[in-house]
Amino acid sequence: MSDINQISRPPTHSQQVVDTAFRWLCCGFACLSVLMVALIMLEIAKDAVPAIRQYGPGFLAGTTWDPNTGQFGILPEIWGTLYTSFLALLIGTSFGVAAAIFLSEGFLAQAVFQILKAFGLQFHPVLGKLPDRAEVLLKNLIELLAAIPSVVYGLWGLFVIIPLIRPACNWLNLKLGWIPLFGTTLTGPGVLPAVIVLAIMILPTITAISRNALVSVPPKLRMAAYGMGATRWETILAVILPTAARGIAGAVILAFGRALGETMALAMLVGNANRISVSLFSPANTLAALLANNFPEAAKKDVGVLMYAALVLLAITLFVNIIGSIILQKASAGQEGGK
Amino acid sequence: MNTQDAAINPRITPGPPDPVGPEVNPFADVDFCELERSLRRPRTLVDLLLSNLVSAMTMLALIPLFSVVLMLLWRGGQRLSLDVFTQLPPAPMEQGGGFGNAILGTLIMVALAALISIPLGILSAVYLAQSRPESPFAGAVRFGAKILTGFPSILAGVFAYGVLVLTFGGYSAIAGGVALSILMLPTIILTAEDAIRMVPAKMRDAAIGMGATPTQTTWMVLLPTAMPGILTGIMLAIARAAGETAPLLFTALFSNYWLFRGGFDLKQPTASLAVLIYNFAGMPFDNQVDLAWVAALVLVLLVLVTNLIGQAFSRRQIHE
Repeated sequence: MSDINQISRPPTHSQQVVDTAFRWLCCGFACLSVLMVALIMLEIAKDAVPAIRQYGPGFLAGTTWDPNTGQFGILPEIWGTLYTSFLALLIGTSFGVAAAIFLSEGFLAQAVFQILKAFGLQFHPVLGKLPDRAEVLLKNLIELLAAIPSVVYGLWGLFVIIPLIRPACNWLNLKLGWIPLFGTTLTGPGVLPAVIVLAIMILPTITAISRNALVSVPPKLRMAAYGMGATRWETILAVILPTAARGIAGAVILAFGRALGETMALAMLVGNANRISVSLFSPANTLAALLANNFPEAAKKDVGVLMYAALVLLAITLFVNIIGSIILQKASAGQEGGK
Repeated sequence: MNTQDAAINPRITPGPPDPVGPEVNPFADVDFCELERSLRRPRTLVDLLLSNLVSAMTMLALIPLFSVVLMLLWRGGQRLSLDVFTQLPPAPMEQGGGFGNAILGTLIMVALAALISIPLGILSAVYLAQSRPESPFAGAVRFGAKILTGFPSILAGVFAYGVLVLTFGGYSAIAGGVALSILMLPTIILTAEDAIRMVPAKMRDAAIGMGATPTQTTWMVLLPTAMPGILTGIMLAIARAAGETAPLLFTALFSNYWLFRGGFDLKQPTASLAVLIYNFAGMPFDNQVDLAWVAALVLVLLVLVTNLIGQAFSRRQIHE
């Protein structure tokens, strides 16, 4: 009994003081982290106020950007941001969801198993684990795509993608130039290279979140569909995808937010031309690229205008991100209820 | 689950043969050919087509990864030598040179960012992990962190520019570090909270049962047990911060000189690997473009090694 008393005793007064202080410290730091979001918004808004007063809402509809005459407008940038992100989302979603299905429905494990079975090695102590290992390996490889810094993608796009696609693009322009999409030639940086690289960059996000949604579809549903004689793809298209639809939608919207805010790859590949065009081969500009190119050498009086542009970007991405997070939260809540 | 099913479903056993009457074939009107898997049936064909399509698309999605890695090794590997780590960036038209100051700048700014975001992140995570799940304030903090995860990195730079560069009148390593810390914070908070929540409840209860205060429990039981998971989050955050360019463009700017030229001073423009790649990639000089590739190789290696260390830690995390 005395031994226990020596080990366990009520905390002393000083320990209680330290405890209270530490708890308040943690609470304070948590406040600080959540305030950070508010602080960022306030700071950008505060610096943008003079420009908002001077240019008003016409700033959003203006199409010239000329520091010498003091004329500023960001309509081409808004258009470019939405256009490139949307196109990248189209490509990224189709490939990302395909990869998520491939990685969650056991295609690879089955293929590897069949190969092993052909050699009679499916129960080998080491090789027998290969089917599961291969799937995890492939998943990690896709996630590795996200680890490469965006500036490296920009460099790669500049020296690999642009030379690679330029002949095909100019051929399309020559033959099908009457279609607005192919209306100009690709002389260097332009919308298409930027979209390709952007799609590669958002693909891991879409695959990772969609795969989570697909994996957490209750196994009962799958079994029931197979039990009724559905083929694998009938099951996937009619049962699994609709069940995971919310999670996938959340993934797509979050990826859209990423694409809207992505800076470096676009600043290097989109061409920084202040024009509105639907052509895939024409140079364009985006809000983030505008900020990246103009901030470093901005004169003091132009900083307000750039802050205004930053505020617009902030508003668009915040809106998209909040909607994506809410959808994902509802999706996971719905799935927990379904189990 | 499986044992339950087996209990519910009665085992199908062959009953005794019917003693009287002629044998009736119960499968008389079943066409067995129809039950076979045949490629002539559209549904089987669609199945096969879609399976192959999805496999092909997944493989296609991996081509960029291999292409990037091969290009880095090929174009970056050619110029990789000890010189690039020790020399300063070359002037236009100049041959040779390196980016020693950029590596140093990246390391210093990431360290600064870590210094700010690690204590802030871990203590916030401790608060979140201790709070009740339904607490609205904890929910708000978590939501804020999630929003920050998808925050455009360039806006972190705009923020640091507005707060530090405009106020103190100059580009500096400190402003760069602050901008990076904003991007590291959410990763650290969210992974550390998960790691602390994964600490077995028994251990926490045992500490409280011994009369430890919540603070003692946190420091002596929760944090040491959750440390591998927390370190994973820190490593992931560092890997992300090291590769970021946008927030550094107009906070740390760039510099062609060593950071400690004329005394160690963090309040001057600082070079970083990522900004060096961006600047040199757009130059019309072969030497600079080559150096950009070498810098990209070094940067990717740095990021990958940090990521791998993080994953090694995550395998040591204790699960409940």
